[in-house]
Amino acid sequence: MSGPRHPPIVPTDGPPNAPARLVDDFTPALVDVGAHQLCPGCGEPIALRSLMEAIDELELVDRTIAVFGIGCYTAFSNNLDVEVLQALHGRAPSVATGAKRARPDTIIVTVQGDGDMVSEGLQEVLHAAARGENITCVMLNNGVFGETGGHMSAATVLGQRTKTSLEGRDPVAHGRPILLADLVARLDGAAFVARCAVNSAGTVARTRKALLRALDTQRAGAGFSFVEILTMCPTGWFVETAEAPRYLAEHLGAVHFSGVLKDIRAEDGTPA
Amino acid sequence: MSGLGVVSPSVSARPARRLMHGSEAIAEAMIAAGCRFFAGYPMTPFTEVLEEMARKLPDVGGVCMNAESELEAVGMAWGAAATGTPAATGSTGQGLSLMQESLAEITLARLPLVVLNMARGQGDYWQATRGGGHGDYRHLVIAPVDVVEAVELVQSAFHLAATWRNPVVVMGDYYLAHTARAVSVAPIDPGPAPPNDWALTGKSGGTGRAKLVSFLGSVKQRDDVGYDLAVHYRACAEHTAAMLRDVPPQVEEGLLDDADVVVVAFGTPGAYVRAAVRSLREEGYKVGWLRPVTLVPFPSDAVAAAGRRAKAVAVYENNAGQMVDDVRLAVLGAAPVEFIGGLSLDPSGFGIAPDLDVGLLRRRILDVVERHG
Repeated sequence: MSGPRHPPIVPTDGPPNAPARLVDDFTPALVDVGAHQLCPGCGEPIALRSLMEAIDELELVDRTIAVFGIGCYTAFSNNLDVEVLQALHGRAPSVATGAKRARPDTIIVTVQGDGDMVSEGLQEVLHAAARGENITCVMLNNGVFGETGGHMSAATVLGQRTKTSLEGRDPVAHGRPILLADLVARLDGAAFVARCAVNSAGTVARTRKALLRALDTQRAGAGFSFVEILTMCPTGWFVETAEAPRYLAEHLGAVHFSGVLKDIRAEDGTPA
Repeated sequence: MSGLGVVSPSVSARPARRLMHGSEAIAEAMIAAGCRFFAGYPMTPFTEVLEEMARKLPDVGGVCMNAESELEAVGMAWGAAATGTPAATGSTGQGLSLMQESLAEITLARLPLVVLNMARGQGDYWQATRGGGHGDYRHLVIAPVDVVEAVELVQSAFHLAATWRNPVVVMGDYYLAHTARAVSVAPIDPGPAPPNDWALTGKSGGTGRAKLVSFLGSVKQRDDVGYDLAVHYRACAEHTAAMLRDVPPQVEEGLLDDADVVVVAFGTPGAYVRAAVRSLREEGYKVGWLRPVTLVPFPSDAVAAAGRRAKAVAVYENNAGQMVDDVRLAVLGAAPVEFIGGLSLDPSGFGIAPDLDVGLLRRRILDVVERHG
């Protein structure tokens, strides 16, 4: 068979004569399910899909171990066709360290949220970065404890309403947010540090690019790589699903700035 | 490339005996048993084990990590163990308190791991045998009496951990860590362990059957429903029950046949109780001793048998009375069970002199003999 494929023509001048169904499989190769159980509008599936696509594109799947923290995203550890090592809340970087040191030929990626990595386990990621541990840590930052139902985390921005800061995060009552990517970038052991988002096609494309660079940094043995991804949580933010991408840009994204904060290989002339 | 992997004990002539303190002998025993990953955080009297592993492990191609806390030490050991690398960590009881959350979940993730407790005194019996963490799990617990026994039991701990895919705790103390003995650390061939085809290598990714090592489930459900914790926890509980049923309890007994009073003690105090009982026997008193070598599984049958023959059972521990509970559960009222131990009087808190005093032990045992003998 040759020639262009044309999708079937569906009349739109009346109600459909059959229920909607998938006409193609858009599920990425390393994801087992075509639908997720997280809330509508959640950004985490987009971020995880981007990560899986990056692993696939770099042909690293047969040497990758994903170390999962505890959060909404943990549900996905069940549905990925990469090896998964489940860690405790906050503790993925040390578990990843042990796996990498024991098997240096593997590619080790942690998947954690801001509650997991910044609130519960801050010292773990900082020490792993300072050690120059040759792993990749991915932080899904929605500025809220999504899984417990929308509570304040260490990354919640000032003014953000959560169930435990109902009038908005107040600097006197609750302290100020930790901007983790900025903190990690200051450590000498960190080789690649980027902050991105998944609230538009453009930001998703930049997220993919950052993930590819981070994994390539690890593959080259160049040191610790870190990608922070701002993700939508309309449920935890108490905003309409369709409003969440704009809310991300105006609130979370206005404090946790996106960009490549550090890339020592670029400074050395290694092309991105 | 391969990982650090299990290294089969080489068949060689038994090495010459050498004067070593316990920490070094334990480190050598771990390496002889195939341990190739160790992570720890300094704390007396565990520190010297970490020192020795940092010195010796790289020479055999292993890795020793200076973890930034006990939380990270156990995390690193967890990650290494998940790759099938024989791994160990440890601390004192205080440091192990920090590790308990991980130790509970490592057990439910069914990973082999050896955990050393170079304890201060004996106040960690409940922590070790009941588990200081959450949920339904058990660790195997072994308590060597001295350096010579530790060299064997530490090696058997790695075999038990690999066989049962379960953490094994080795209970030591300041005396075990710091007493020097002339010992020979010869690798023991424990026989085959089950294949570790569960271990993560990265290689199963992309095959449609990518492996999972998790305390939430043992296999990926590959659906959009997720883990069934009830199924996983019940499977773990069945495994634990089989382990506790099939691992033989170990015990050392002496002079029990006609003993009116049986004295029970574990670990280092067991040696002092043995000496006190022997000297009382020489004076004609009908006393005997029983030393649980495995604390989990507890040698309940041996303790029960001794209790049925005796007029009284005395328990000596350097704590306010912990193992005495297990002795009472084993004796089940067949004889009175008296606690003759006590909290350490050592001002340093390390649980050393003046507690372990054969003269003191003799007086306390004699008191029980006079009331029940």
